[in-house]
Amino acid sequence: MHERLKRFTPGFLDHHDQSSGMYKSLFNFRLLWKQSIATTLAVVLLPLFTLTAVDYKISKDALESELLLRTARLVSNTRRTLTSYFDERKFALNFLTLDNTYDQLLDEQRLKHLLENLKSGLGEWSDLGVIDHTGIQRNYAGPYPLQGMDYSSQEWYQKLSYTDTDSYHETVSMRSNISEVFLGFRNTPHIVISVLHSNPFGLNWLHYVLRASLDIDRLNNILSHTEVSGNGDAFLINQKGIIQTPSRHYGDIMKKFPLAVPPVSDRTEVVEGLDHQGRAIVTGYAYITGTPFIFMVIKQKDNLMQTWVSTGGKLLIFLAGSVLAIVAVVVGICTYLVNSIYQADQKRLASLHQVEYANKMASIGRLSAGVAHEINNPLAIINEKAGLIKDLFTFRQEYAGDQRLIGLVDSIIASVERCATITRQMLNFARNIQVNVQKLSLKQVVADVLEFQTKEAGYRSIAINVDIPEEIPEFFSDRGKLQQVFINLVNNAFAAMKDGGRLDIKSRLSDDGAQIVTTVSDTGCGIPAENIKKIFEPFFTTKSGSGGTGLGLSITYGLVKEIGGSIDIESIVDKGTTFIITLPLEYHAEKGGTHARTVG
Amino acid sequence: MRVLLVDDEEELVATLAERLDMRGITTTWVTDYRAALAAVEQEDFDIALLDVRLPEMNGLELKRLIADRRPAMKFIFLTGHGSEEDFKACSAETGREYYLIKPVQIEVLMAKLNEIAQS
Repeated sequence: MHERLKRFTPGFLDHHDQSSGMYKSLFNFRLLWKQSIATTLAVVLLPLFTLTAVDYKISKDALESELLLRTARLVSNTRRTLTSYFDERKFALNFLTLDNTYDQLLDEQRLKHLLENLKSGLGEWSDLGVIDHTGIQRNYAGPYPLQGMDYSSQEWYQKLSYTDTDSYHETVSMRSNISEVFLGFRNTPHIVISVLHSNPFGLNWLHYVLRASLDIDRLNNILSHTEVSGNGDAFLINQKGIIQTPSRHYGDIMKKFPLAVPPVSDRTEVVEGLDHQGRAIVTGYAYITGTPFIFMVIKQKDNLMQTWVSTGGKLLIFLAGSVLAIVAVVVGICTYLVNSIYQADQKRLASLHQVEYANKMASIGRLSAGVAHEINNPLAIINEKAGLIKDLFTFRQEYAGDQRLIGLVDSIIASVERCATITRQMLNFARNIQVNVQKLSLKQVVADVLEFQTKEAGYRSIAINVDIPEEIPEFFSDRGKLQQVFINLVNNAFAAMKDGGRLDIKSRLSDDGAQIVTTVSDTGCGIPAENIKKIFEPFFTTKSGSGGTGLGLSITYGLVKEIGGSIDIESIVDKGTTFIITLPLEYHAEKGGTHARTVG
Repeated sequence: MRVLLVDDEEELVATLAERLDMRGITTTWVTDYRAALAAVEQEDFDIALLDVRLPEMNGLELKRLIADRRPAMKFIFLTGHGSEEDFKACSAETGREYYLIKPVQIEVLMAKLNEIAQS
């Protein structure tokens, strides 16, 4: 699982810059990655957050002002309904005082008849009474025994019948009073509407009061049918703060309204605040002119804002989704780009190393060629001089016979031959540094490579077994590169093996006969599966402690590719490793051409 | 068999000439191309043993000049520089691979000379 995850992890995250100097990476990739992600995210997300916040605020404000406006409209409409409700009833009573003389009103039958008419016209009237200027109820029609009741001490009566000269100078005016809801003698909540009739210009100066009581059922009906959103309340209170019609949340009729009575205003008002239980509310109210009533609408703000909460929630989900998508895309793109740069950088480093390696080899080649040449000439002289001495012993009688001297000369000549072998190897090596495609024998190439290694193999008692059958034809390739490939692989095998191991080099023709397949197998420590994939990557090394550059196999890989072949690997830990090199019989150079040859 | 030896190393060429003389081969040795051309004008040689790297003119050019004058002559190149492969390629001119790398064992040289003489 961990391994699988690792395959998707871009290389630069694990990268540790080990080299220095000219082979240093151009960038700190992890920092570059983090910075590009942070910058891109900041540039993209900041405006998104700002816009979302602004939009959130605007939407919320709009919803709130809409809420206030709706409340105001409701209060104002209901206020108009209530005003006309009371006006209708006042005017009805007033009409009775104008349409009937005082005497007619004192007629019991007549009064009953009028009450019936009122009931059939405007309903909910419960009784009707006539009260004279001393406050005594002179006539009464209704279910209660209120005939002869004295109202002179009651406040509404005093207010209504209060005589002041100015008001009597008015023309026939309507002075009326609408009482609060009260229980009164009958002990049921009702409202009393009374109209004062006075005619200072009449022959018989008199004033009296026509009084009627109303059940508040219809009023309750009007209010309870008011559609108030947000689990709201619509009810009446009086100016002293007593609840006049039932409310759902703020107490029953005749109870004290738990909140403060709103300040007097002749307009519809809407205010926000908290109620006695600490809930956020929107209160709309209006004083009903000519009555002691205040119409109240109280809405629960939380309830009203519920639609907003769901909208806001959707907005947040959308925002979170957008942010996730943006983060995913940004991280993806940044990772991809930084990884591309990283890989390009790695390639640059690898080719730098390869160039340096090639330069180094070329320098060594030039040096060894020079040394070999300079040594060869004096060596040739020593050879000839020693040869001459031997010749003299052999051909001239006067020198002959000293076997010891002949032995010494033979030894000089043998040593010269040994030196000559070394200088020849050096010249061959120098020759192979240059790029050159030629016809060559695989067997010979392998033999040349192993020539350098036999000493070490001997010391370490490593058995080397070469099996290159005669059927492998000579083929065109770059001798130097091929030699380098085998040198690297053999060195690798030697490094992997303990003393006493075994190195096998085998060749065969591929099935179609167009390629030579060569295997280089060792009995070394093997390579764990997780490293197999990376084994040809530049700078991958398990020998970092012992001076390995991690370049050997990557150069080998590059060389094999350059001469048109391919290389593969099979390995079993603790059993050994096999490199499989497939080379075409026809040479296809990947790049570059052959260099001019120098001869001397 | 008359052999012309051309090499700028006098010590080498003189000693080699003496050794060949001992083996019954008539040798003339020179150390530059002018002397070589002069010798070719005066005498008739079967084989020329040429150093590849000579001052002023290399062995290959000298071989062409001599071959112009004496088409029947055979050549062996001798060099202390370069590898066998280089030399193989260059000595293709001689038609056969007559080349030797210094230092050369006298037996090898003798074998080569006899081989050419018989061809």
